[in-house]
Amino acid sequence: MTAPVGRSLGLLLLNQASLVLFAGVVLTFGLMSPAFLQPANASNILIQPASTGILAVGMTFVLLTAGVDLSVGAIMFVAAAVGGKLILGGWPFGGVLAVMILIGVLYGAMNAWFITQFAILAFVVTLATRYFGRGLGLRITETRAMNLPESFYELGAARVLGVPLPILVFALIVVVAHVVLTRTPFGRQVYAVGADVEAARKAGVRTRAVLFAVYVICGFCAAAAGMVALSQAPAVSPTFGNNREFMAIAAAVLGGTSLFGGRGAVFPGTVLGAVLIQTIENGLTILNVNSYLYPLITSGVIFIAVLLDATRCRVLAHVNRRKIFVETGS
Amino acid sequence: MTPALRFRGITKSFFGVKVLQEVSFVVPGGQTVGIVGENGAGKSTLMNILGGNLQPDDGEMEFDGQRYAPASPGDARRAGIAFVHQELNLFGNLAIAENLFLGGFPWRARWLPWIHRRRIHERARQWLAEVNLPHAPDTLVERLSAGERQLVEIAKALAGDARLIILDEPTTSLTAVEAERLFAILGRLRQRGISLIYISHSLGDVLRLCDQVVVLRDGAVVAQAPARELTVERIVAWMVGREISQLFPPRTGQPTDRVLLDVAGVTQPGVVKRVSFQLRAGEILGLSGLMGAGRSELARILFGLDPCAAGDVRLGGESLRGQPPRERIRRGLALVTEDRRWDGLCAEATIGDNLTLVALPNLTRSPLAWVDRAAAGQAVQRIREAVRLTPAARDEQPVKTLSGGNQQKVVLAKWLLNEPQVFILDEPTRGIDVGARYEIYRLIQELAARGAGVLMISSEIEELIGLCDRILVMRRGEIRDCIEPAAFDRERILRAALHEEVGV
Repeated sequence: MTAPVGRSLGLLLLNQASLVLFAGVVLTFGLMSPAFLQPANASNILIQPASTGILAVGMTFVLLTAGVDLSVGAIMFVAAAVGGKLILGGWPFGGVLAVMILIGVLYGAMNAWFITQFAILAFVVTLATRYFGRGLGLRITETRAMNLPESFYELGAARVLGVPLPILVFALIVVVAHVVLTRTPFGRQVYAVGADVEAARKAGVRTRAVLFAVYVICGFCAAAAGMVALSQAPAVSPTFGNNREFMAIAAAVLGGTSLFGGRGAVFPGTVLGAVLIQTIENGLTILNVNSYLYPLITSGVIFIAVLLDATRCRVLAHVNRRKIFVETGS
Repeated sequence: MTPALRFRGITKSFFGVKVLQEVSFVVPGGQTVGIVGENGAGKSTLMNILGGNLQPDDGEMEFDGQRYAPASPGDARRAGIAFVHQELNLFGNLAIAENLFLGGFPWRARWLPWIHRRRIHERARQWLAEVNLPHAPDTLVERLSAGERQLVEIAKALAGDARLIILDEPTTSLTAVEAERLFAILGRLRQRGISLIYISHSLGDVLRLCDQVVVLRDGAVVAQAPARELTVERIVAWMVGREISQLFPPRTGQPTDRVLLDVAGVTQPGVVKRVSFQLRAGEILGLSGLMGAGRSELARILFGLDPCAAGDVRLGGESLRGQPPRERIRRGLALVTEDRRWDGLCAEATIGDNLTLVALPNLTRSPLAWVDRAAAGQAVQRIREAVRLTPAARDEQPVKTLSGGNQQKVVLAKWLLNEPQVFILDEPTRGIDVGARYEIYRLIQELAARGAGVLMISSEIEELIGLCDRILVMRRGEIRDCIEPAAFDRERILRAALHEEVGV
């Protein structure tokens, strides 16, 4: 009737891999350094992933359609650079935030337009717009680091009902994204497009509109992630947001979102993936590990994420292989 | 009462080849009509026109008393015509209920794009009961068996208010029990007054289920009759009844007794079962069977592209067990795949590059050395002449600019440089016009005459009869018949390829 029990169990374990990894990581760091398990650090573990997490939420939408957006780090940079200029120019906060969000949305729309209008691979389009964005950001900042006023920092430290603002923003975006993906026609169609574009089109889904929307959402999230990152460290350096796209992809994939589309979830998946990645970084800092080892460890994490995804897909493909005849007695 | 569907003079050509010629018949309201015909008889083209995926060159359709000219699959759906394809259009990562309503979810409120879960679950439950599927509406489709998915497709058609449902080979991936269940559901649909078009190679099923049977051959309707007046033999005779019209080049060689390829008990669960045969030097061995019988899958296993759970393949006496394709190529195996555009050629690359691709290792002294361009050029020249590639084409020209026949010559030529002992050719003449076919046939015969063994997979029976020394027939992953030239007979081959019900 259904797939053999043993295989489903293996699949279940694969799907919960991020949870298992997370437990392992917390346990390891906890044993190695008691400071890691202190309450003060626990709140760090929740605050620090906010920016990466928001980025990864947007990325999850794109990955679910079997696409990818390599330009999110660049979007963060451009939005932050423009935002920084405006702040220093005396603009009010509200106006600056609105402009930053607008930049993210427009950037996402540009990606979407190239991808849907000219049927160019998302990988290629966003690789190009990534370099465009980084170049544009350097031009705006004149390759100098830009220090923002203290007031920005206060925003990051602000609490609403005792909850730090970055966590609140992250939580809000996660809740909205989760509801959109699981409860709205658009969200379910995102999953359908990722599973099989052609079949989705035949089922009456407006596939181009769906694809367009996910890149706009991703751009929006990138700008929001830029704002949160600024509130935590109010300076725009020339490397602001650099390579963050890979952390976002790793977070989403670690959380069970497939690079091949159609599988994954913002909650708990991507959230867990983002927290996991940030926890590793946090643990390494507390253990005072040589900072030159960070890239090696990060690459290890990304490798594990992709390996998990590939294994999951192979197992699934095996389960769903089309049979020429049906074995009798099995 | 469900309205009737009429086809009037539907004609369609692809690249000058007529695929459908003035097809006219009626599907009376509330009846089940079976459409049968060999592979390539035009069934799929006709259904693609009905479903709005293709536009006819001429002729028209009428449904519900009105002209029906669908420009897209959406038009067909809105008219109340639904398809249940062999390859199902379901999303395994979504729940059953979501699959049923994907194109138009009911909203909570007009201003709130929020899926009304309770409503889709209620309605899904109702349709699932209609097709006797006792699963919760939020079950993921990937957890269902092939038979259960088929029923979900039918529920989807019902949920979309279909008045005519087309079933294309619905039983190929079903067990006998599941097929029985499906037939019971189809009986209920008929009672509800829904018209059905049932396309199948399983003629016994067609006779059992249908009120009328339409036989297509070479894109034309050769017969339409009430099912109760027909027998399986009668239908096979209609499907076959054609003189061999193509000319085959005269045979130049004879098979020898030396066994080149010895296949013994090759088995892979769910794909092929205990396949055994021997291919001799100088022999052209045909492999017939319906689409999905496992012929291409067998070819991939022989070439080492897919795993093989049990059995052995010996080439020139040596076992190929566990050898990768590269090693099999080195030992003299060649595979020309079914789809030359995807698998057989680098379409963007030049003719010269394609020709030397396989033999590249032989043209250099070591893997790191330069390619010996002069030697490569000479080899290309020699081989171009051997396959009589059109002289108009330059070596630097991209392969995609060639005609289908010349592309296939490049594929064959590419392997010739390597001088293989055994060729596996999968549908080598698909999409090639009659004139160019003759050339391909001649090439195949020359290969055999020079002592190579050729395993030729083809869906065209007369091609196999005209060319081969023996013909194997596959059905559901097994070899069901091995026919000697004296017994070559279209009807016998078709019988072996079709279902058990036929002429047991």
